[in-house]
Amino acid sequence: MAAEQTQRTLAEKVWNAHVVRRVDGEPDLLFIDLHLVHEVTSPQAFDGLRSAGRPVHRPDLTLATEDHNVPTLDIDLPIADPVSRIQVEALRKNCAEFDVPLFPLGSTEQGIVHVVGPQLGVTQPGMTIVCGDSHTSTHGAFGALAFGIGTSEVEHVLATQTLPLKPFKTMAITVEGELPADVTAKDLILAVIAEIGTGGGQGYVLEYRGSAIEKLSIEARMTICNMSIEAGARAGMIAPDATTYEYLRGRPHAPIGADWDAALAWWSSLPTDPGAAFDREVVVDASSLQPFVTWGTNPGQGLPLSASVPDPAQIADPAERSAAERALEYMDLVPGTPLSQIRVDTVFLGSCTNGRIEDLRSAAAVLQGRKVVDGVRMLVVPGSVRVRLEAEAEGLDQIFTAAGAEWRHAGCSMCLGMNPDQLAPGERSASTSNRNFEGRQGKGGRTHLVSPQVAAATAVTGRLTSPSDLTDAAIGASSNA
Amino acid sequence: MEKFTTHTGRVLPLRRSNVDTDQIIPAVYLKRISRDGFEDGLFAAWRNDPDFALNRPEHQGATVLVAGPEFGIGSSREHAVWALQNYGFRVVVSPRFADIFRGNSLKGGLLTIELPVGVVERLWAVAEADPTTDVIVDLQAREIRFAGETVPFELDDYARWRLLEGLDDVGLTLRHTDIIAEFEAARPAWMPKTVTR
Ligand code: SF4
Repeated sequence: MAAEQTQRTLAEKVWNAHVVRRVDGEPDLLFIDLHLVHEVTSPQAFDGLRSAGRPVHRPDLTLATEDHNVPTLDIDLPIADPVSRIQVEALRKNCAEFDVPLFPLGSTEQGIVHVVGPQLGVTQPGMTIVCGDSHTSTHGAFGALAFGIGTSEVEHVLATQTLPLKPFKTMAITVEGELPADVTAKDLILAVIAEIGTGGGQGYVLEYRGSAIEKLSIEARMTICNMSIEAGARAGMIAPDATTYEYLRGRPHAPIGADWDAALAWWSSLPTDPGAAFDREVVVDASSLQPFVTWGTNPGQGLPLSASVPDPAQIADPAERSAAERALEYMDLVPGTPLSQIRVDTVFLGSCTNGRIEDLRSAAAVLQGRKVVDGVRMLVVPGSVRVRLEAEAEGLDQIFTAAGAEWRHAGCSMCLGMNPDQLAPGERSASTSNRNFEGRQGKGGRTHLVSPQVAAATAVTGRLTSPSDLTDAAIGASSNA
Repeated sequence: MEKFTTHTGRVLPLRRSNVDTDQIIPAVYLKRISRDGFEDGLFAAWRNDPDFALNRPEHQGATVLVAGPEFGIGSSREHAVWALQNYGFRVVVSPRFADIFRGNSLKGGLLTIELPVGVVERLWAVAEADPTTDVIVDLQAREIRFAGETVPFELDDYARWRLLEGLDDVGLTLRHTDIIAEFEAARPAWMPKTVTR
């Protein structure tokens, strides 16, 4: 980010607009426009403020919600798990003491922190947004610079509304062409991560661009930016455009009247200048993509659904080979097995990656008039109370329950299994979440990351399935797969 | 953060290398909601062994942990620093620290000092021969003194200054409240607020 450079990237423009203090030999001090808070990573930060006798500097730029370990059933009862209850109660107490707005369980605005911000319209282009959660990158879909921070940094932002930071490098991920039918944003980002690796984005802000990205809805863009962190990147961003402005217009916290015009003028100046240089560029051909699923224990271990479980013996890199061997052992998979023959016990539709209304709509469209196959449980967990209410207004809950799926209350749920929604040891899921790490969804649980459409089709057949393969014959074949 | 100028204390000899953050504090101890109380989890897996240095009566009250190379590798959990501080340590000496651990420790006021293996071994020997031996850690002069020896150590000026002043990042940033206020005054009024209008 050289000072003499006149063409700038989106990330550089947002960064530069937030530098409070720049001194040689020291990190830049950046102003933070929005700080999102949840129950798990904030207690020590509030504690730090308390012991130093410091207030929250800008409660009006801070927003808390309960999401990580709230139950998705019986939400009117006290939380059964004592550790979860203590964390949630601590958040309530801290927010009351420090005047931080909080959407507790039972509020209509409660939900996963990365679903709540955008739907309220507090997430806007050109902002700096942080949260003590790595998937804060989600908000980059609006052209915001949004990234996860540690607990000390949470305290720093609470106390000062700023963060000392060294600039990130920039990487362009250009996706041109048309996504084939049945290929979603989730498939696209899983393919990108498989391509650049789980460490490929380290130290970078990724900017997704190109004609295929421009055609995506805001919700699909959020799915993509959300998973930037799984490529090791600090953040992901997409330039704001007409789609962004349309999504924002009329949201509770979106500017109105003359303010809207002023905001729009700034937002429209943000897209990367033609000719601006990125530190690295990756090009993806959208038309070559297929529904994508993971077979291993990190999000980079994925393949097209039409492929087979890879053979570690054919992986040249020794570190990757042994990682693949360990992954297959944990996942209990045999090399050469077609991915479409892998049977699951559980289907999880939800999370900050794929728990928004469009995700529920597309899964419901697949499930309409069909049944979740015997022996498979399907959990549908809306990302927020608003998403839940919207889905109910559209009758999506009826489609899910008629198919035999469970219709739950909002939260992170089985994405990380901090609440009672967990896989039992040895159970296997098709999950629309973002991490397939060992034990992520419950000790000994096995996770295949998929799109909402593949999740729904998989629920129907009981094995990893693309909706386009959903014929009566395919359904019948599930029993001997 | 407490100022660090000169610290005088006794050595806990930890004759181990590659002490990772899971060993410093296992994950099951991370559920607390406060920044204190993590001393219970410090080196939890080793605490059952009566011969573990931390359990030896002659080493009670030691405040300078001296360990082998690659101290603090593994996860980035800040709880590792908190556990050492909660237990009473002010200084950790090792021939080499993991980057993230070192960053976290200097941020939090736990002084981490890299010294050559030979010095570390002499510190171990001195502490084992006479556990009451005091070590003087002089940050101003950037040297440690023990048993008639004076050994210089390196620490960059910025980190040293922050420790001497007792400034955590928050304290440091709060020195610039005037420029933060200026920045805030210039922000467009339409930028979103989380409180309802
Ligand atoms: S849904 Fe999963 S990834 Fe998203 S914030 Fe919750 S736990 Fe984290």
